Amino acid sequence: MKFHSKTLLALVVAGFGAAAVHAQNAEVIHWWTSGGEAAAVKEFAAAYNKAGGKWVDNPIAGGGGAQARTVTINRTMGGDAPTAAQFNYGKQYEEAINEGLLSNLDDVAAKGNWDKLLPEKIKASIKIKGHYYAVPVNLHNENWVWFNKAVLAKAGVAKDPTTLDEMFAAMDKVKASGVQPLAFGGQGWQEGITFRSVLLATGGKDLYMKTFKDKDASGPQFRKAVESFKKLKDYVDAGSPGRDWNLATAMVIEGKAGFQFMGDWAKGEFVSANKTAGKEFGCFMAGGPKMPYAIGGDVFVFPKNDKPGAAAAQKKLAELMISPAMQVAFNNKKGSIPIRTDVDLSGVDICAAAGVQAIKENRLLESDNELISPDAKGAFEDAVSKFWNSSQSVDDAVKAMASALKR
Amino acid sequence: MKPRQRPKRLNLALHAALLPLAITALLAYVGSVIWSIRISFSSSKLLPRNDWVGLAQFERLFETDRWIVSLQHLGILAVVYVIGVLVLGTLMAVFIDQQVRGESWFRTIFLYPYAMSFVVTGLVWQWLFNPNLGLQNAFRQMGWESFSFDWTVHPETVIYAVGLAMVWQGSGTTMAILLAALRGVDEEQWKAARLDGVSKPRYYFSLVLPQLGPAYATAFMLLAVALVRTFDVVAVMTGGGPGDASEVPAKFIIDHLFGRNNIGLASAASVVMLITVFTVLTPLLYWRSKVQSRKQAGH
Repeated sequence: MKFHSKTLLALVVAGFGAAAVHAQNAEVIHWWTSGGEAAAVKEFAAAYNKAGGKWVDNPIAGGGGAQARTVTINRTMGGDAPTAAQFNYGKQYEEAINEGLLSNLDDVAAKGNWDKLLPEKIKASIKIKGHYYAVPVNLHNENWVWFNKAVLAKAGVAKDPTTLDEMFAAMDKVKASGVQPLAFGGQGWQEGITFRSVLLATGGKDLYMKTFKDKDASGPQFRKAVESFKKLKDYVDAGSPGRDWNLATAMVIEGKAGFQFMGDWAKGEFVSANKTAGKEFGCFMAGGPKMPYAIGGDVFVFPKNDKPGAAAAQKKLAELMISPAMQVAFNNKKGSIPIRTDVDLSGVDICAAAGVQAIKENRLLESDNELISPDAKGAFEDAVSKFWNSSQSVDDAVKAMASALKR
Repeated sequence: MKPRQRPKRLNLALHAALLPLAITALLAYVGSVIWSIRISFSSSKLLPRNDWVGLAQFERLFETDRWIVSLQHLGILAVVYVIGVLVLGTLMAVFIDQQVRGESWFRTIFLYPYAMSFVVTGLVWQWLFNPNLGLQNAFRQMGWESFSFDWTVHPETVIYAVGLAMVWQGSGTTMAILLAALRGVDEEQWKAARLDGVSKPRYYFSLVLPQLGPAYATAFMLLAVALVRTFDVVAVMTGGGPGDASEVPAKFIIDHLFGRNNIGLASAASVVMLITVFTVLTPLLYWRSKVQSRKQAGH
């Protein structure tokens, strides 16, 4: 019996990767399954294979990555850890670090001089208690507004809006011209993004930090943000509840609506519809041109793994993912911006250029993902969504949001 | 029920054959239940933690608006779905019981929605209710400008839209269960009743339906379990929205288990659901087994 199971095991191992000892197998769990995302992750895979390793792709769709993260944690705890796994910046992997489940990347970081290379705020979210535990691969930002320039021109909006106030004025004109002013997807997380954008537009960095870091929702500024958020409701259509974000983006692309609040991943939709930033569509940061740039995006963590060769594969992968050439190749496909500024940025469009400028000016901001737990964030978005979709009073809404923050 | 009447050897073999299933059930089901109860008294977030926090998770649970709202929705669905299905299922079963022509056609049509998963059901009704794509738009384009069929976008009506979709999907099975029971009712009773001048509706109401108690108990139990598990139809059809207007407990549990990294709270919620199910179903199961053993004794 024993012999048999061992032979079987050997066969299985051999079957999975004939040269497990030589080629370094790297099984990578991620949730990049849409067209542009898959193309981006292929860049990693191709480069790793070219470097002599063997990339074993394991994409897990669903739940905005929740599914994939659950699999990663379960497998790591069950002793069958993947080589690398995707997470978002923030608190998602904090507990895994505290439980000692993740490999320490200090030597890779020392070799690559991450201390100097990375912007302070990004470092803060991957360097925990003095040790590096994750490789940052890109920078996304959720607080963007996208608009269709033809719709605006037809409505008589002379100048592209660059702030929320100008946007409200433009939306009134668009509404008068008979076109839906705001394309809106009525799902909790989209309502959350919109609210945070309005929050940044109302009180900038100070209000954002007061809300999510000090967990303080009192004061006239927060209240004002809550009120302007609800004002947006006059500009959405009856079909908005439950609408997916990409369908809302499609409304803007097709000229059926003027504006949309959405993160920079929406740009991928415009680009794949052959639209050019600055020509057919425009963008501005919801918090205005000098907006503090809340950090969003993806990192890879490397769960502790005692399979032979795994540690070496992890090191190799980590070095590769953050290398300058890889950063450009990957982020061009992904629509995000590189986390390092010492790379060739000549090819980026006007929207991404605004993001790069934010890094250079060090306007980075810890996002709510880093400041509050997923639990509290969910409760907060519940409260936002409740307010948006009901006749709840502003007072009650502020109270509900304040108590959600303390979760 | 009465092992003494059966030969001992058969009994042993029977038990041996059932043993693997029993072990699986014990380990997988009872084990998981005990584990969930344990976790619900801990401060577990992303990973299970081995500490005790007393009833803190339950306290937070009942301070959470969304949970309370979910329970209220479950109450509404209990009325709309369970009663709706029982009434509709009864009507369809009685209709088919009239020896109508093309009986098998009707049976197929009535059962057909059940062949769809809740996911498909949710999608179909989501489209039907969508004001820009669905029935409302179709009728308005045909010239009926004031026609409105958009329950899913209004917080006040959305839960009834979910109930309607569930009734549509579930009525067929209940019809099948009741029809089988109806066929077991002695035809002679109708002949006797007709001689006494009893009308058909009254015959069904006073004579036949009371005999279907156990069948109703079975149907009710299946519906109650389906009700508590309600997740997929809501997730697909409305995503729990607008706002929290169609949230249900199972979705609350799943969201907190996976999206929000809070297994402690999710376990507390599932324990509450478990207790609810037990309090509703245990008396029913007890009653049904009593009725059945009385019947067996009578034979």
